[in-house]
Amino acid sequence: MNPILDLSQVGKTFYSDQESFEALRDVDLKIAHGEFVSLIGHSGCGKSTVLNIVAGLEPATSGGAILNGKEISGPGPDRGVVFQNHALMPWLTVYENVELAVKSVFKGRKSAVEMRQWIEHNLRLVNMEHAQSKRPDEISGGMKQRVGIARALAMEPQVLLMDEPFGALDALTRAQLQETTMSIHRELGNTVIMITHDVDEAVLLSDRIVMMTNGPAATIGQIVTVNLPRPRRRLELAEDPTFNHCRKVVLDFLYAAHEPPAEGPIVEIEDAPNVDLSSDPDSAASDASRAA
Amino acid sequence: MSAEAAAAAGTARAGTFAIWLLRGVRLMTAPALGIVLFLGFWHISASNIDTSLGQFPGPVQVVEQASALFDEHREQRAKVAAFEQRQEKRIQKKLERDPQAQVKRRSYTGKPSYLDQIFTSIYTVLFGFLLASCVAVPLGIVCGLSEGAYRAANPIIQVFKPVSPLAWLPLVTMVVSAVYVSEDPLFEKSFLNSAFTVMLCCLWPTVINTTVGVAGLDKDLANVSRVIKLAPLTHVRRIVLPASVPMIFTGLRLSLATGWMVLIAAEMLAQNPGLGKFIWDEFQNGSSNSLSRIMVAVLTIGLIGFVLDRGMLTLQRFFSWDKQAVLR
Repeated sequence: MNPILDLSQVGKTFYSDQESFEALRDVDLKIAHGEFVSLIGHSGCGKSTVLNIVAGLEPATSGGAILNGKEISGPGPDRGVVFQNHALMPWLTVYENVELAVKSVFKGRKSAVEMRQWIEHNLRLVNMEHAQSKRPDEISGGMKQRVGIARALAMEPQVLLMDEPFGALDALTRAQLQETTMSIHRELGNTVIMITHDVDEAVLLSDRIVMMTNGPAATIGQIVTVNLPRPRRRLELAEDPTFNHCRKVVLDFLYAAHEPPAEGPIVEIEDAPNVDLSSDPDSAASDASRAA
Repeated sequence: MSAEAAAAAGTARAGTFAIWLLRGVRLMTAPALGIVLFLGFWHISASNIDTSLGQFPGPVQVVEQASALFDEHREQRAKVAAFEQRQEKRIQKKLERDPQAQVKRRSYTGKPSYLDQIFTSIYTVLFGFLLASCVAVPLGIVCGLSEGAYRAANPIIQVFKPVSPLAWLPLVTMVVSAVYVSEDPLFEKSFLNSAFTVMLCCLWPTVINTTVGVAGLDKDLANVSRVIKLAPLTHVRRIVLPASVPMIFTGLRLSLATGWMVLIAAEMLAQNPGLGKFIWDEFQNGSSNSLSRIMVAVLTIGLIGFVLDRGMLTLQRFFSWDKQAVLR
């Protein structure tokens, strides 16, 4: 395998005033070109930290990440990020949000006409061309996330990074967006890393599912390869033995071998830095309700 | 259109008008009641306060003096017009006698009217406020973006912020008279003194609020900007500024309000033209009308302060992307 992305011995320790917290230790992962990889694990296990290190938004404390032969040293449009809470500028329209990225990324490389066509092309990919001139507060949560995906795709990234992209959506919208993601992946063949809490989603979308142990000092516990042919159809898979096997492996890992930490979640430095962390055991759900 | 339809439309129109009227009445009732209660309270307490300059002015006396001040303003304007006319005539005559004669025009040097004082004050406060904003908003953006810049600027801001600008007044006066030497000055020195004093107190609320607003930028939005590698200026223009408009304007409104308060005090203290000087002159004058006239000035100051603040709100609405936001 000739990996497009190679994480080796990646570790991350957060230092606050008095104490330090080791979030990740010895994360080794190679991802091939065009592969769809999901990261799954309990809240606070450092999935988002891995993603942020790949995105270049946070530096690794030890080890390193290599993208296409170059060490990652900062953020850049070659790693398009889809944020959990869409992160659209509320003062820009749908079109302008994508345009902001396209103008910055393709400055001097595309003409004004090409840029406009490229923006419209990407909005069409996520079925949002009809709402180009709407502001984010005028469209639904699922539509906002579609625009977030269009913006990330419009950067023409080598790797698409999705941080719990559908976590804040209702089940039906989530299913629709999963279909859209699959069809885009089929069409563009891009490399995707997606964080998720949803086992079905992970099995449905991924080529490989990377399961992470609980923090502190979280690392990769197990990797399962999903040998299902594409295109995959949600309804047919429900009784597919491979699908159910993969599903069971992940569930076993999450709920048998790696129970969630007993005394509530470990402080989620990487998941929700600005949020008052109550001792709510189901912080994924509270994340979702906060975003909704 | 048939007669019935026309009648129906007429009834509908009358209906909407009635609803509109009713809503207006409901909206106005509470404020009107408040004002009436206040006037009554004022009237009764005023009639019970006796000073060496006579009874404390009630609403009636104040209204009388307000109209007297307006009349004086009109007389003053008439005098100025007459003066100009006389001067023109004199010059004409002089030129008729000798076309080569040197002509000298003098401006009228009489006492400024009440309205003149008002406009001087508004002009001064806006000038000082504008100067301060031109410094404070960029400074606040820099401090909000860079932790280092914030830590460097913070001690200075914290020390100068609580200083009453009136403490600066003597220094400003001396510096202006030393530095601003010009044959044909664009601005009066007294104007610059007041404006700079206003500026010194308008800086801080804007700097601090802008800093807080910029530093509070949503982390995801900041990360988007990092991922797409926005140029620093584009980052400020497209992301930082729209996000911090509410906080910047909170700072600007606080600044303008303080600036307006300080200006009146500075004008009283330094005898610079404006509403403050008017109050001080009336106080020194000590006629039986003085208290009523000062009260007119007090109300004028309040009303102008209110209008300035509403003006800022309108500006904020214009600049803000969120037109639905409730602004108070």
